[in-house]
Amino acid sequence: MSSNDLKLKAHLLRRAGFGASPKELDQVADKSYEDIVEDLLHPDKAEEINMDYIKRYNPELRYPDTHPLHAGFWIWRMINTKKPLEEKIALFWHHVFATAWYKGEHTPSQIEQIETFRKNGLSNIKQILNDLAKDPAMNYWLDNCENHSDQPNENWGRELLELFSMGVGNYSEEDIKQASRAFTGWTFEQPLPLYPYGNYETKFVFDKSDHDFGEKTFLGRTGDFNGEDIIDIICEERATALFICRHLYNFFVEDEPQIPAWNIEPPRNPEAIDQMIDVLMSNDGEMLPLLRFMFNSEFFKDSMYKKVKNPCELIAGTLKLTGTYGIMPKQGEEVGKLYGIGSVMGQALMNPPTVEGWHTGHEWIDGGTLNERVNFAVNQFNDLSVPGLSDIISRLGDHVKSSELLDKCLEIIGPFELGKQAYDALNEYAEAVGDLDLTNDASIELNNEYIARMVQLILSTREYQFA
Amino acid sequence: MTTVTKKDPVFVVVQLSGGNDFMNTLVPYSNKRYYDNRKFLNIAPEDVLPLDNTLGWHPEMAPFKELYDRGMVAVVQGIGYPDSNRSHFRGMDIMHTCTPNEISTVGWLGSVLEQLDPGKENPLTGVNFGVGLPRAMSKAGVPVTSVSNLDEYGLMSGLAAEDQRDKALKIFKDMYAQAIGSGPVMDYLSRTGSDVISGADLIKVAPEKYESTVEYGDSQIAKSLRDVARVHTADLGTRVFYTQQGGYDTHANQLPSQPGLFRDLSRAVNDFFADLEEHDADDNVVMLIFSEFGRRIADNGSGTDHGSGGGAYLVGKPVVGGLYSEYPSLEPDKWAKGEDLEHTIDFRGIYGTVLEQWMGLEASPVVYGNFEQIHPFKNS
Repeated sequence: MSSNDLKLKAHLLRRAGFGASPKELDQVADKSYEDIVEDLLHPDKAEEINMDYIKRYNPELRYPDTHPLHAGFWIWRMINTKKPLEEKIALFWHHVFATAWYKGEHTPSQIEQIETFRKNGLSNIKQILNDLAKDPAMNYWLDNCENHSDQPNENWGRELLELFSMGVGNYSEEDIKQASRAFTGWTFEQPLPLYPYGNYETKFVFDKSDHDFGEKTFLGRTGDFNGEDIIDIICEERATALFICRHLYNFFVEDEPQIPAWNIEPPRNPEAIDQMIDVLMSNDGEMLPLLRFMFNSEFFKDSMYKKVKNPCELIAGTLKLTGTYGIMPKQGEEVGKLYGIGSVMGQALMNPPTVEGWHTGHEWIDGGTLNERVNFAVNQFNDLSVPGLSDIISRLGDHVKSSELLDKCLEIIGPFELGKQAYDALNEYAEAVGDLDLTNDASIELNNEYIARMVQLILSTREYQFA
Repeated sequence: MTTVTKKDPVFVVVQLSGGNDFMNTLVPYSNKRYYDNRKFLNIAPEDVLPLDNTLGWHPEMAPFKELYDRGMVAVVQGIGYPDSNRSHFRGMDIMHTCTPNEISTVGWLGSVLEQLDPGKENPLTGVNFGVGLPRAMSKAGVPVTSVSNLDEYGLMSGLAAEDQRDKALKIFKDMYAQAIGSGPVMDYLSRTGSDVISGADLIKVAPEKYESTVEYGDSQIAKSLRDVARVHTADLGTRVFYTQQGGYDTHANQLPSQPGLFRDLSRAVNDFFADLEEHDADDNVVMLIFSEFGRRIADNGSGTDHGSGGGAYLVGKPVVGGLYSEYPSLEPDKWAKGEDLEHTIDFRGIYGTVLEQWMGLEASPVVYGNFEQIHPFKNS
């Protein structure tokens, strides 16, 4: 198998998942690229994650409370899942349907929302929007519980159109009002009180007595529409397909301008977006054919280094490489910490800044977050006993010439390419290190340090900041 | 600028994150309405540290009261804005961007830093202490240094051996060097990486130079303010410092946790100014202490819910101490939303006061408008 082929598979696994450890890459080495795509698209066929140990180690995880703990647990799942696209698509919808813990401070419904994205994230746009409209966390976040037949609240109706489906400029203020009326009475069951035992789960209820059954005119259609009817109409619109495809492209393929600019800035690759829209619309909003098309497309294969890693990708990808935070947690690997690490890099999971979600691309990076990103990755290899380092060393063979050290390391941990500056600077380091004899027990510690440092430096590059 | 200082004016912001309960900070202890509404969560008249015969400090704020008694604290009573937002994030966001009616990513101090250092010559013009850069300090294209631990600040700080760290940093610099044709995002990464390195290079002299007889407490806010003092006294050209004390979203834990927070805060602020005085570096420093909102007037039987109408404090030698603006009315017909303290001065007017009367900058492009100011500075 050519190195180019492996590079492409690693690219696919970084984008459709959270990267692959060298061992995980071994497992797909004999599969065709197209077959790997199919595996990713069918998480139901993959093995369930073993959560026995993590729950024993973090007994609080048995209760759906404490938001940082569960947000960190999600990152642990990103690292350990055998269904990478299931977690990745959940993260995608979380980016688009940004719902934050800070308003309701109700962790069970936040957890449930992400679980819904796992279950329905690869299904159908209509299904996904309907589930979203009935999601208690979203319902409270955008005040639909305050949307009454005699006194409509337009918050949900507006964002459904503006941020979750069609994008600004494709509907009128009147359409927002009419859509909001259709969602009156869509609320949730009041959960049991918080005290003294903590938060309880809740579920969607349709309160008939609070629903406006009158006639509505929405996007030129007239009828006694309910929320489902509004979503049906939304899903017929090309604007919705465009909006969803642009989001997918921005998340999986290449950084687009920030969402508020979308009605003035055209897509980076209009042809790709048009093709994606056609696939989505000709398959009645089904996600699988669209994702299959996207991952197999030339524009996807050509998109290396066109997307800055979001903090989850950086954290989970790096920890896959070190082999820490695994199925069997080690001392000090509390999952709640992972939430804090993401937060200081600007991605407080399940707690995005606003309903607009996170600003992505190069906006992930400022002086503070670059410092955090680089130091985080470097510090993971300060401990020479991490399993990932031994694995890298064993793959280097017995003797490594100084002229091969960088190329070999890049091949093992990427495989990926560096620009000329980084490549030259790291080769200079390799030259200073000299040829390594890894069979010599007397220099084992020093050799390990040299190799760990090389890995640390590779993880500090600008190139590593890209997914 | 009319204020006479030895050096350029320096501004230190301390954010009390979580929404501090103003009514239990500066207690209206002679007001029956206070005790009517705070049946559970009140400070008894005999426990307050009286400021005058109507208001008294929380009993844990003695070191802060001492600064007040020395005439160094201007209390801004009733700071807020119309239709206060009770969400922490949004509330804080509004205080950080000065845009209550729209979402903005332009921090007000980001705009200030841009005015102070338009050529981006000193990456230490603005320094934040804490994890994560607050939105107040961020503006696209404006470099800010954000330090979580001054003694270990900088890239590769996790590498224990200094010679190893230096070598790694040299390689980092080479790897992040600008190159023609590498694309705008790679260029942006190069610039940001270089700013972080030069900021860290400059700031590392601060801990080396610093000596003091002041012994700070071991709270996080004490550590942060000590870091501010170390960088300020090192004379590195920093004009805006930012730091925060978390934990004010006390809800049902207000009774046990607020005293500890006040104890840490008031001691840290007092120590900070003592430290500056010892270094003869207090003539040009003004501190603003604020929170994103106050708490509800009535307690809920166990704590207080998110409300509005809080208090802020301007502290420093250049300040004329005393009470400014008005304490929000406790009369029910004056309450905001029927349950909150109604603000009596807009926070943008207080920012404007600092910008125009202290920093010598024009306020309206930063706070988007002209708001009523107070006059809390000597010689202004």
